[in-house]
Amino acid sequence: MSPRVVFPNKVLPYLLVAPQLAITLIFFYWPASQAVYQSTLREDPFGLNSKFVWFDNFKRVLSDPGYLNSLQVTAVFSVSTAFVSMAVALLLAVMADKVIKGRGLYRTLMIWPYAVAPAIAGMLWLFLFSPSIGSLAIGLRSLGIRWDPLLNGTDAMILVVSAAAWKQISYNFLFFVAGLQAIPKALIEAAAIDGARETKRFWTIIFPLLAPTTFFLLVVNTVYALFDTFGIIHAVTGGGPGRSTETLVYKVYSDGALNQLMGVSAAQSVILMVIVIALTAVQFRYVERKVHYG
Amino acid sequence: MATVDLKDVRKVYAGGVEAVKGVSIAIPDKALCVLVGPSGCGKSTLLRMIAGLETISSGEVSIDGKVVNTVGPTERDIAMVFQNYALYPHMKVYDNMAYGLRNRGTPKDEIDRRVRDTAKTLELAHLLDRRPRELSGGQRQRVAMGRAIVRNPKVFLFDEPLSNLDAKLRGQMRVEIKNLQRSLGVTSVYVTHDQLEAMTLADVLVVMNGGLVEQAGAPLDIYEKPASTFVASFIGAPPMNLIALAGNALPEGTKLVSPVPPSAATLGFRPEDVELADAAHDAADGMDLEAQVEAVEPVGAESFLYSATGGGRIVVRVPGRAIAQPGDRLRVLVPADKLHWFDQAGKRVG
Repeated sequence: MSPRVVFPNKVLPYLLVAPQLAITLIFFYWPASQAVYQSTLREDPFGLNSKFVWFDNFKRVLSDPGYLNSLQVTAVFSVSTAFVSMAVALLLAVMADKVIKGRGLYRTLMIWPYAVAPAIAGMLWLFLFSPSIGSLAIGLRSLGIRWDPLLNGTDAMILVVSAAAWKQISYNFLFFVAGLQAIPKALIEAAAIDGARETKRFWTIIFPLLAPTTFFLLVVNTVYALFDTFGIIHAVTGGGPGRSTETLVYKVYSDGALNQLMGVSAAQSVILMVIVIALTAVQFRYVERKVHYG
Repeated sequence: MATVDLKDVRKVYAGGVEAVKGVSIAIPDKALCVLVGPSGCGKSTLLRMIAGLETISSGEVSIDGKVVNTVGPTERDIAMVFQNYALYPHMKVYDNMAYGLRNRGTPKDEIDRRVRDTAKTLELAHLLDRRPRELSGGQRQRVAMGRAIVRNPKVFLFDEPLSNLDAKLRGQMRVEIKNLQRSLGVTSVYVTHDQLEAMTLADVLVVMNGGLVEQAGAPLDIYEKPASTFVASFIGAPPMNLIALAGNALPEGTKLVSPVPPSAATLGFRPEDVELADAAHDAADGMDLEAQVEAVEPVGAESFLYSATGGGRIVVRVPGRAIAQPGDRLRVLVPADKLHWFDQAGKRVG
C-alpha cells in the first residue's frame, strides 16, 4: 500500500484534479450522455424535427440483420487483430532479446510503424495488395494464390486485419521487450539448469511471467481493434465488399454520417459503449485473476 | 558422485576483459570445494563456466571425467543455488521443486515421493502450497536448496547462497549445508566472499585473486601457511599482521632474535600467535616488538588490541577481557616458528 497523502487544505486536492475532471466531463461524459439522449430520439433527415421514441431505435438496431452481421465481423476482426498483433510482437520481442549487436537500431526500426497514421497505414497496405497494381498482390498471384480483396470478403478481412495488426505490432513490441527485460536472468538460467530447453523455458517460465504485460496489451489491443481501426477500414475497404468488413464503429459512421439515421446511429454507439465496458470489466475480473504480478 | 576438473580455464569477455586467467583445480568426488576471493576475482565467472552459463574461452572443464565445454547447462546434470535464489515466482514451492524432475520426464509418483521426502528433510513440508513471495528469506533459501537436492545431480553449485541472510541464520544454514552435503555425498563447488564461510565449509579451499588461484588446499593448511601476503590478509579475521622491512632494516622498536631469510621483504604473524611480555622478560627467539594500544575491541571470549608500532598498525588477540587500555604500552613477542616471511612480490619465503 502506498502511503496516503494528506492535504491540510480542503480545496487544493479538488483544484488539482479539476483539470482532469473537466476534460473527462467535456470530452467524454457530455458526448456520451448526448449519445444516450439522442438514441431515444427519431429525427427527420434535415434535423428539423425530432420525436421521443423510447427504445424504438434499439429495437430497430437489434432486429437489423446488417447489425448482427456487423457484430460478427467485429468479433472476428478484433480477435484476429489482437491475436496477430500480439503474437507477432511477442515473437519479434523474443528474437530482439537475443540480438546483441545493433540492438538499439533494431529496436528503433521496430518502433517506426507506430508513427504511421492509421489511414496512411491502410493506404500502404491497400496499394501493396491491390489486385491490379499491388506489388505484393502480384507476388501472391505468381505463387498461384487467388487474391482479390475487392471482391472476396475473406481476402478483404485478411487485408484489414493485417493492416490493423501491423500498425499495432510496434506498440506491443515495445511493451513485450520491456516485459522480457524485467524477467530476472537468473530465473532463465535456473530453468536451463533444471533441464528445460528453450521452448519449454518460454512456455513454463517466460510466458507466465509476461502475463501482466500480456494482459495489459490484451485490454489495449481490444479497445484499439474496436475503435481506432476506423481509419484503416475506411481507407482500405470502406466496409466492403458487401458488408464483409463493416465493423460496429464503421457502421455507426455509415448509418449516422452517411445515411443520416442519427437516432439509430446513436443507439449503436450506446450499445458499443456497453460492449466495451462489459468486455473490460470481464477482462479485469476473470483474466486478471490468472495473472501473476511478480 | 563425480569429480570436477578444471584445466587452464580462461574467460575473456567480448570487450577484451580477462576475468579468469588460467585456473586449474581438481575437485575429488564428494568434496566441497569453496572458491573464495574479493569481488571481481573471477570466482563467480568460474562457477558459471562450470554450470555452463558462460562459455569457456580456453581450457577444459570436465565433470566425471568427461569434457563438458560444449555441453549446455541443460545436459550437465548439475544443480545450482543462486544468490537471490531464483525461485520461479509463479509456481508454488512444490512445483518449484518438481520442475527439474518434470523436465527430465520423471514419473509422477516418483516426483511426488522425492519432493515430499526432500521437503521433510529441509522442514519445508508445511510450505509446499505457498508461493515464493509468501516465504521468509530463510525459507526461500531452503526451497532453493530443496530444488537443487531433489534432482540428485552429479554436482551442486552454490553462488553465495547465504549472503542475503542475517548473521544468525547464516551461521545456522552454514552448518546445515555442510551436514547435507556430507550426508548426500554430492561433489560441490561453493562461491563466497566470506572467509569464515570458506574456512568452515571447505574440504578444498581455493583462494582467488585477479582471475588467478592464489592458493588451493585444506583450509587449515592455508591458514597456517599462506602462500602470499594476499592470502595472509584475506584468510583469517582479523587478518595476519604484516610488517614491511625497509631493505633489510627493521622498523623502529622492533628487534629480531631470529635470522631474516635473504629475500624477505615482509614479515607477518597472526594476531593470536603473540605473547605479551613484561619488561624483564626477553624473547628467546623470534621477534620482539614495542607497541602502543590505540583501541580495544572486546568481543566476549576474546579482545582485540589495535596497536601502533614502528612498522605500522597491528592487531593482537588476547583471550577474555582485555588487560590493556588505550594508551598503554605493550611488548609483543612472536616465537620464530610463528613468523611468516614474504618476498618483494608478496610470495611466501621458506
